Amino acid sequence: MPDEPQVIHSPETKRIIAPGYTFGTVTDQIATVVLTKKTPIFWMACFAVGFGLLLVFLLAVAQLLFRGVGVWGERSPTFWAWDITNFVWWIGIGHAGTLISAILLLLNQRWRNSINRFAEAMTLFAVACAGMYPILHLGRPWVMYWLFPYPNTMAIEPNFRSPLVWDVFAVSTYATVSLLFWFVGLLPDLATLRDRANNRFLKFSYGILAMGWRGSAKHWSVYETASLLLAGIATPLVLSVHTVVSFDFTIGIVPGWHSTFFPPYFVAGAIYSGFAMVLALAIPLRAVYGLEGLITDKHLDNSAKVMMATGLIVGYSYIMEAFSAWYSGNVYEQAAMWHRMTGPYKYQYWVLIACNVIAPNALWFKKIRSSPAILFVWSLIVLVGMWLERFVIIVSSLAQDNLVSSWGMFHATRWDWATYLGTIGLFLFLFFLFIRLLPMISIFEVRTLLPQAKVDEEAGG
Amino acid sequence: MNKPIYGVMAEFDSPTELVAAARAAREKGYRKLDAYSPFPIEELSDALHLHHNKLPLIVLIGGIVGGALGYLLQYWVSVVYYPINVAGRPLHSWPSYIVITFEMTILLAAISAVLGLLALCGLPMPYHPTFNVPRFALASRNRFFLCIEAADPLFDMARTCEFLETLEPREVSEVAN
Repeated sequence: MPDEPQVIHSPETKRIIAPGYTFGTVTDQIATVVLTKKTPIFWMACFAVGFGLLLVFLLAVAQLLFRGVGVWGERSPTFWAWDITNFVWWIGIGHAGTLISAILLLLNQRWRNSINRFAEAMTLFAVACAGMYPILHLGRPWVMYWLFPYPNTMAIEPNFRSPLVWDVFAVSTYATVSLLFWFVGLLPDLATLRDRANNRFLKFSYGILAMGWRGSAKHWSVYETASLLLAGIATPLVLSVHTVVSFDFTIGIVPGWHSTFFPPYFVAGAIYSGFAMVLALAIPLRAVYGLEGLITDKHLDNSAKVMMATGLIVGYSYIMEAFSAWYSGNVYEQAAMWHRMTGPYKYQYWVLIACNVIAPNALWFKKIRSSPAILFVWSLIVLVGMWLERFVIIVSSLAQDNLVSSWGMFHATRWDWATYLGTIGLFLFLFFLFIRLLPMISIFEVRTLLPQAKVDEEAGG
Repeated sequence: MNKPIYGVMAEFDSPTELVAAARAAREKGYRKLDAYSPFPIEELSDALHLHHNKLPLIVLIGGIVGGALGYLLQYWVSVVYYPINVAGRPLHSWPSYIVITFEMTILLAAISAVLGLLALCGLPMPYHPTFNVPRFALASRNRFFLCIEAADPLFDMARTCEFLETLEPREVSEVAN
């Protein structure tokens, strides 16, 4: 009799943490990455690439400020192009972090505990990159605060019936709440770093950030309530952000934009690309830092499954998009869809179909989900596909709208490239600083995954 | 305030021992006690009777205030302060106010959750007597501590130490104030 349950629980691949860890070794392994004086070559190389591209970004922004938005290839009629594409792409990538930290917490998915920290950091930095584009696109970015309602001598205020103003509130709320959630999650780990640092400066810095956290049971009890409440608050938020981003398009009457299924379609696409980024970051990190025992193959497998499921929703959305354009009977909607498939942007369209509809089906196979190298390549394919999706939705709809005489093509300039590569640099720069300065895996949440963390009521008496 | 020591602290190896010790101390009649652990332990809150806190109420109030402020801000700006006539649509077009009302609800609820957490925990608190125990640094790594405070009416240096020793801890230490 007692043998039976063991037989059921035996599959080794189901583990979300390798056997043999103790509270001490888990703590040391994660904290050492931060507290050591040695920096891996991998970190140096990635940071150098990030920093180099960040300089390219500064150059591109300086160009833009001196010469105006015209340095980008945006000409009538495509006044939205790479900038908004990149904005939507980056915001979408951020969604996986909040999904992992909030929704999977509410659903009691304990495997999230070892990937939520760096996924949330990814969210924050992706939102920072996303925020650059609409602000730079304003033309006069130095007066971006005009977007917010505040008492001013000009006696004017924003128009709250405009989806662009909704977006300002949605994205700034998202950034703030993500930062707060991330910081609250960091508190106990900052206390660990404070207690383990042997250098006065580090002790002081982590001590200030940890705010005197001491692991008191009274504090933990409030802390658990706060985590649950924040997760409950962040869950509708993460679903709302991309919904509001999609309103930027659906509220307009441009053919190819004006449709009611954009919100769920955008949210699914966001989570799809976000999990691709989680995989693209987790696979090299766990190999370089030897964290395979904490970020196990089970984590990659689960992330790949989420990616495939959301990818199938995205594929369904493409079908529905084409169907509803045809079924609407509206010649402009039909033409917009037809141009997308056969017009000047047809290559981008069919490549995105290959990346987002055909490629994810490979993830049905366990062989592919259990090979980190293939998953890494697949996640890059998904990221490319999702970038193309946003590009095609935005640019092909604008390039060929209702009036044939106003049609025009978009051509990216080198400054479009520089700005895009530049935000990738900003992302890598911030992300690798985070890897070096803060624990990339939530130490206290991983401790709760250990079998010895369970209180044995019988033995305790 | 001029008590010479803050309390007595016992160190344990596992969460099970800590929960059992906390239960025993409560049974013995000690009320001013606190436990310290490197991760949250559900049973520990149970043993110390810590299940209720005011945080949900604080967050609810924060959310309601945020939502109300968000809606009123938009109403006041669009209808009273700076009315813009867009194709004759009503100034008070409430469906278009929903998004910002929602975002403001979330924003203020989240901010009040974090500030409420800090306030209810009394953080930031850079100094606390427990930090005087050198081994307490392990409370954020792999050790579990139970501290009976000198403020407890039953506290008696010798007897409390003796009681803690019966719980078979790794070590019992005084916590200087």
